[in-house]
Amino acid sequence: MMRLIKILTPLVAGLSILSTPAMAQTVPEHGVFVLNSLLFLIGGFLVMFMACGFCMLEAGLVRAKNTTTQLTKNIALFSIAAIGYYLVGYNLMYPLGDWAVDGVLSNLFPAVAVMEAVGVSADGADDITYASTASDYFFQLMFCAATASIVSGTVAERIKLWPFLLFIFILTALIYPFQASWKWGGGFLDALGFLDFAGSSVVHSVGGYAALAGAIVLGARHGKYKSDGSVSPMPGANLPLATLGTFILWLGWFGFNGGSQLAMGTVGDVADVSRIFANTNAAAAGGAITALVLTQVLYKKVDLTMVLNGALAGLVSITAEPLTPGLGVATLIGGVGGIIVVFAVPMLDKLKIDDVVGAIPVHLIAGIWGTLAVVITNPEATLMAQLTGIVVIGLFTFIVSLIVWTILAKTMGIRVSEEAEMAGLDNSELGMDSYPEFSR
Amino acid sequence: MKYIIAIIQPGKLDAVHEALGVLGISGMTVSEVQGYGRQKGKSEIYRGAEYVVNFIPKMKIEVAVEKKTADDVVSAIKTAAGTGKIGDGKIFVLSLEDAIRIRTAETGADAL
Repeated sequence: MMRLIKILTPLVAGLSILSTPAMAQTVPEHGVFVLNSLLFLIGGFLVMFMACGFCMLEAGLVRAKNTTTQLTKNIALFSIAAIGYYLVGYNLMYPLGDWAVDGVLSNLFPAVAVMEAVGVSADGADDITYASTASDYFFQLMFCAATASIVSGTVAERIKLWPFLLFIFILTALIYPFQASWKWGGGFLDALGFLDFAGSSVVHSVGGYAALAGAIVLGARHGKYKSDGSVSPMPGANLPLATLGTFILWLGWFGFNGGSQLAMGTVGDVADVSRIFANTNAAAAGGAITALVLTQVLYKKVDLTMVLNGALAGLVSITAEPLTPGLGVATLIGGVGGIIVVFAVPMLDKLKIDDVVGAIPVHLIAGIWGTLAVVITNPEATLMAQLTGIVVIGLFTFIVSLIVWTILAKTMGIRVSEEAEMAGLDNSELGMDSYPEFSR
Repeated sequence: MKYIIAIIQPGKLDAVHEALGVLGISGMTVSEVQGYGRQKGKSEIYRGAEYVVNFIPKMKIEVAVEKKTADDVVSAIKTAAGTGKIGDGKIFVLSLEDAIRIRTAETGADAL
């Protein structure tokens, strides 16, 4: 009974607050802190579920002999991101105005992330006008992990497990937070007027560049590109899983973009979060439909894997500015993402860049488009600032990733042997089949 | 006795099973197989790249029957599995020397 009273008391207190006249007009001061933190927590666990979406998408688009390895990489990279971001990433990304090199390098680096005290009071909170530090940390960590998830799909079916995980550690501890501080940490790109609401560039292009650099250093899967210049496709093993993964990513994106409003304590903020949810959905639909129609027209048959990529490209396209467009423009911005995918996938094949799941078209190229598309609906955006952000983030991430991948390749080697690749990574890297009771 | 092997379209298995049931055939062995004949595979597009599927999925049916019913079985399979289009499959008829039911050690036609 005592326990019940303990549970009920805050509930009753909460209800009585609701009935006070002050509440009818505005949220009490601490209410902003509470609601903002709640937005971060809900948004954060939705973004967390995107890790599952990436995992299922990739499990569906690799061949059955590489499934267990792909699943292993996904759960491992998500966990490694949590370590890298905790150890140095968070404080590297958010200097809170304390710069070692103004606008470029956080002075809080290197230091681990620290939460507020247990049961912290309003006076003791780091920022009572914003949100709890742990909710902010949790939300931002999920974005860092999403960046890492993008890489694993591109380099699938031929990369060694441990060098891949080492790259992920460097990406999540250093590369991602460092460039993110230039925008979201209040650094020089932010000062320049570069706009990237939820990370078409800061998250998605960055993941895409890291993946592109990896694919170049790693080379294509054996047999993918024949000597006569033709491409021999290696169809994914499980399209139901790939579709499930895409729907999960679509769901998680509401947290990704909606949470990036970073506030839910006023009527305006709640209305904006709602706009963002609706626009995000519209853009995904636009991307899926253009890919649906285009593959029918170009290939005489719809290609489901392209439709899935199209929906995701639509989501990436709206991520840099999910607030200011109306539903129609959001659909069109996403629709362009779907077009990008349908043309960029075969284009990468022409360049002999082997991207198993299409992460480069979806995250890098649609990410660039989304970053440019901000100028369509947001009067505060300038083409110059957007281009500067795209080039600076692109050059930095691509070059550093290329260097890191090359060092890994020269020292420990990043590619499995040809026999191991033929046998499948599940057999050679793990000795564990995804479905051992099915004979092949 | 005759041993009849039929390679048919996967979607025609139920029709063939039914037709052979009508003839009183008491058992069959079915396997999922892949291959090609005159049809020579087919062309598909995956993520913008055209590729040829060399081996097309088919069902293989094997039945052992008495000599006198072999012709009826062949024509029943032909009727049930046929669409008149390329890819309908083939029927092979082999002579069968002996059959043994493992449980009772019966041999010959008694074992069918």
